[in-house]
Amino acid sequence: MSILVNRDTKIIVQGLTGKTGTFHTEQALEYYGTKMVAGVHPKKGGETWSSGVEGAAELPIFATVGEAKEATGADASVIYVPPAGAGAAIIEAIDAEIPFIVCITEGIPVADMIKVKARLDKSSSRLLGPNCPGVLTPEECKIGIMPGSIFKKGSVGVVSRSGTLTYEAVFQTSNAGLGQTTAVGIGGDPVKGTEFIDILEMFLADDETKSMIMIGEIGGSAEEEAAQFLMDEAKKGRSKPMAGFIAGRTAPPGRTMGHAGAVISGGKGGAEDKIAAMEEAGIRVSPSPAKLGETLLGVLKG
Amino acid sequence: MNIHEYQAKAVLKEFGAPVAEGVAIFSADEAEAAAKSLPGPLWVVKSQIHAGGRGKGKFKELPADAKGGVRLAFSLDEVKAHAQDMLGNTLVTKQTGDAGKVVNRLYIEDGADIERELYLSILVDRTVGRPAFVVSTEGGMDIEAVAEETPEKIITLPIDPDTGVTAADAGKLCDALELSGAAREDGMKLFPILHKAFVEKDMSLLEVNPLIVMKDGRLRVLDAKVSFDGNALFRHEDIFALRDETEEDAKEIEASKHDLAYVALDGDIGCMVNGAGLAMATMDIIKLYGAEPANFLDVGGGASKEKVTAAFKIITSDPKVKGILVNIFGGIMRCDVIAEGVVAAVKEVGLQVPLVVRLEGTNVELGKKIINESGLNVIAADDLDDAAQKIVKAVKEGA
Repeated sequence: MSILVNRDTKIIVQGLTGKTGTFHTEQALEYYGTKMVAGVHPKKGGETWSSGVEGAAELPIFATVGEAKEATGADASVIYVPPAGAGAAIIEAIDAEIPFIVCITEGIPVADMIKVKARLDKSSSRLLGPNCPGVLTPEECKIGIMPGSIFKKGSVGVVSRSGTLTYEAVFQTSNAGLGQTTAVGIGGDPVKGTEFIDILEMFLADDETKSMIMIGEIGGSAEEEAAQFLMDEAKKGRSKPMAGFIAGRTAPPGRTMGHAGAVISGGKGGAEDKIAAMEEAGIRVSPSPAKLGETLLGVLKG
Repeated sequence: MNIHEYQAKAVLKEFGAPVAEGVAIFSADEAEAAAKSLPGPLWVVKSQIHAGGRGKGKFKELPADAKGGVRLAFSLDEVKAHAQDMLGNTLVTKQTGDAGKVVNRLYIEDGADIERELYLSILVDRTVGRPAFVVSTEGGMDIEAVAEETPEKIITLPIDPDTGVTAADAGKLCDALELSGAAREDGMKLFPILHKAFVEKDMSLLEVNPLIVMKDGRLRVLDAKVSFDGNALFRHEDIFALRDETEEDAKEIEASKHDLAYVALDGDIGCMVNGAGLAMATMDIIKLYGAEPANFLDVGGGASKEKVTAAFKIITSDPKVKGILVNIFGGIMRCDVIAEGVVAAVKEVGLQVPLVVRLEGTNVELGKKIINESGLNVIAADDLDDAAQKIVKAVKEGA
C-alpha cells in the first residue's frame, strides 16, 4: 500500500494552462501514466489543453472545479494558480467537495490561508500545502513537482516541510536500496492543510511502510507536536524505525529563511529544541542533510 | 516587512486606536518646532530604528554614561539637546547586534502619566491557524523574560476568523489585563480595532508593549511594533511606501528586486541553493565541516537564467566571500537553467574565488554538460556532503 495517492487517483489541475502547470502536468503524465484527467480555467471552459506527451496528448478544460469533478469523477486536484488567486482556488476545490487538494503555489498571503483553514475545518476535504512539492507514490502517481527519476518503489515513508530536502531524503533512500512507499511534502508555510502528525498517522497505519524519515525546519512547533504524538503512539505499541533532520541550526533568530514559516521568533522554534524532542521520541536525527539514508540504514541495522 | 514605530502608530490611528500626538523629524533643526506643536510639558524623544530594546540601548559615539535611545524631556531645550545627541549616531541594542543601527529619524511624542504597563500582541497562532491575542499584565519589559520566568502571566486567545473579536473575547482580554472602569470601556473598543487593523493590513505581528493605563484611567498605545506579511504587500501600496531601505542590507534590497530570498550572514562561504529547506541545510552542513556561511540564498522554483545570474552577482559582490557553493536539487528548478545562469554570470563578472557546483534532479545531465563545456574553473561535486567538504577545503587552502 501507499498513502494519499495511488494508480487509481484521478487528478484535475487548477492553473493547468500556465507555463508551470503545463510543464508539471506533462511530467506527471510521463510518470507511470499518472491519471491527469482535466484542467480548470474560469475563462477557458470547453477548450482543450495539449501536451507534448504521446498517447495522452489532450485534456479537457472546464470552467469550474465542480464541472470538472462531475464530468471526470476526479478525486484529487492540484493547484498551480498564482499566489493572489490561490486561496480562492483552494476554496473552490473545497466547495466542490474534492477529497484531496494539493496546493503547490508559494507566496499565498497568510490571511488568505486563515480563511481557507476556517473553511477546511468545516469540510471533509484534505489539503496538502500550500508552498509544497506535492506527493508521490513510486511507479503509481505523481502530484506536484517532485522529480520522478529519483524515486524507487520501497518501504520508507518520507514526510518533510521542505521540497528540496524531500528530494534529498528520497534520493538517499533510493541509493541505500530502501526505496519509498510514498513521499509527502507538507509545505513551508505557517498555516497549512496537513501537518506532520496527519502523515505520520497514515504511515504508522500503512503495512508496507516499514520505516520513516521526517524532515523539519526552524519555526513553529509542529516537530515537537509530532514527537509527542509518536511517543503517545509508541505507548500503545505503534512505532516504526525513524530517522530525521532539522534544517536551520545555523539560522539567526528573527530572520525569515525563505519559507514564510521558517523563522525563530520570541526565542521559540529553534532547531535544538526540535532535535531534542525528536530524539526523545526515538527518532535518530542526522547532523548532516547528506546522511539521511545512511542514518536510517543505521537505525534499521540496530 | 517592518516599519518604524511612528509609522505603525499612524496606521493604528487610522483605525481609531488611542495613540499620543507626535511628530517625526529627520534633523535636529526640526526638533524645537516639533515639540512646540505638542501640548507639553513632558515630551518623549524616541529613536526610530527597526529594532527593539531602544530604551536600554547605548550610543556608540557617546560616553558610556549617556542616556539611551528613548529619553524624556522636560523643556524645549532638552528636546533639542536630545535630538542633537541622538540623530546620526549609532544605537546598539540587544536586537541590533554589535554593529548597531544609525538613528536617522526621531519621533517626538507627547508624554503620558503612566499608572500601569501592560503587554499586548497579535500574531498568527500556527497550531490553530488563526490570529491570536497574546496579553499580559507584565508590560513594558521583555516579554521573552516574562515567558521564561512567569509563563502563567501570559494569556493567549485565538480569534475565530468568521466572527472577529466578539464581545465575549474582548471581555476575556479585559479580565486578563485586569481592566476596570474607563480602561475597560477603552479595552472593549480597542481590541476589535487592533484585530481589524491586523487583518485588513495583512500584518504578521502587531505588538503593543507597553499598552498603558494612564493616571486618568484611559488606555493608550505607548509603543507599537508592526510587521507585515511580505506575500500580501501587493495589495497594500500604502504600506509598501513606508519601507525604509536604510534599515536593510544593500544586498538584501538588491535580492528582493529580483524576488530572491536572501539573508546576509557573517561567514565567508557564499551559497546559492534552490529551496528554503535545502538552503538552510546547506548553511548547516558548511558549519558542520568547520566553516561559516556568508548568506542564505534561495533562488526559488522556476528561476530564470537572469535570476540565477543576478543571484550570483549578489553573492560575488560580498567582499567577505572567499568561496561559493552552488547546490541545486532540481524539481521545478531545472539544472540546465541553473548551469546557464552560473556560466553567464561568471563570464560577466569573473570568478576570483573557488566555485563548487553540485547538481541533482531534473535535467541534471544537461546541466553538468553545460558546466563542463563552459571551460570555467568549476569544482564539480557528487553529492551534498562532497560539495560541502570541497568548498570548505578550497577556502581553507586559499586563506
